[in-house]
Amino acid sequence: MVSERSDATDGDTTALALKILVAGGFGVGKTTLVGAVSEIRPLRTEELLSEAGQLVDDTDGIDRKVTTTVAMDFGRITIRSGLSLYLFGTPGQDRFWFLWDELAQGALGAVVLADTRRLADCFPAVDYFEHRHIPFVVAVNCFTGARRHDEHSVLSALDLDPGTPVVLCDARDRDSGKEVLIRLVEYAGRMHTARLLDSVR
Amino acid sequence: MTDDIMGAGREGPGSQWYDNEAGPLVRPYAMTGGRTRPGPTGVRFDLIALVTREVGAPDVDDAVLGPEHRTLIDLCRTETQSVAELAADADLPVGVVRVLLGDLVELGCVTVSRPVPPAQLPDERILREVIDGLRAL
Repeated sequence: MVSERSDATDGDTTALALKILVAGGFGVGKTTLVGAVSEIRPLRTEELLSEAGQLVDDTDGIDRKVTTTVAMDFGRITIRSGLSLYLFGTPGQDRFWFLWDELAQGALGAVVLADTRRLADCFPAVDYFEHRHIPFVVAVNCFTGARRHDEHSVLSALDLDPGTPVVLCDARDRDSGKEVLIRLVEYAGRMHTARLLDSVR
Repeated sequence: MTDDIMGAGREGPGSQWYDNEAGPLVRPYAMTGGRTRPGPTGVRFDLIALVTREVGAPDVDDAVLGPEHRTLIDLCRTETQSVAELAADADLPVGVVRVLLGDLVELGCVTVSRPVPPAQLPDERILREVIDGLRAL
């Protein structure tokens, strides 16, 4: 196991890229957050989904292949030469969930952006990451005019596992966005260590 | 390169219909000869798989490479690029870029890093570096 891992990370490549997902309801500020922390202007990549027929087939009501274009916004933060962090805003529409599976593959963790005025919008994202044991933090985007809620009330309103970090943030603010990412990476590290300990117990 | 072609169309006399707003003039998978999966290697490149121009790669005959292949090679000439960045910069769907990259790997023009295996986080040292790096931004 250990040797396999070092093969994969050190073997044929010196550069390492890590992936963080930014999820949440429509219009909650995913692209804004990506743009605030990214060193490049958020780029948009499109995926044509006609080829993903086998993934679509198990969805009710879709019995013929349809070409759909899904756009994902992403940004990059270079930590040092050979180590960079990529942030992907997940598509907001539920019907593109199968795309998340590919996005989530090998992801370090996720930021679930929440708007307290429409908290239910982020339930699907919370469920998704909980079921797949992908470490995530809930970042409450404090829109001007929205009533402020403290971390604890959000934690209980979302029925999150105890220990799941909840951070209040301003998605437009670079420092605030950085803080969210730092909390996530710290949490991902703790989760990983806990899992390693479990596996040797 | 793709942009050049489209840009020329926009400026050329009598071709005012074909601006970028009209969408691509060529159906995306026509660029791959109808293929939706990369060649024999069959590897599906991750969005953050890193593409590096192979130093001292043999010159490949123009007949083998399409303009989109050339665009991709040019884009990763100066620095290593992720698959997602290549797709955005070349203005091509990710699926198309994967197929074209498969061709380039086979021809020995580029190398594509294997993505980190699922559920295997990098070691603590790397995570510490990421946190310190973020703080220093």
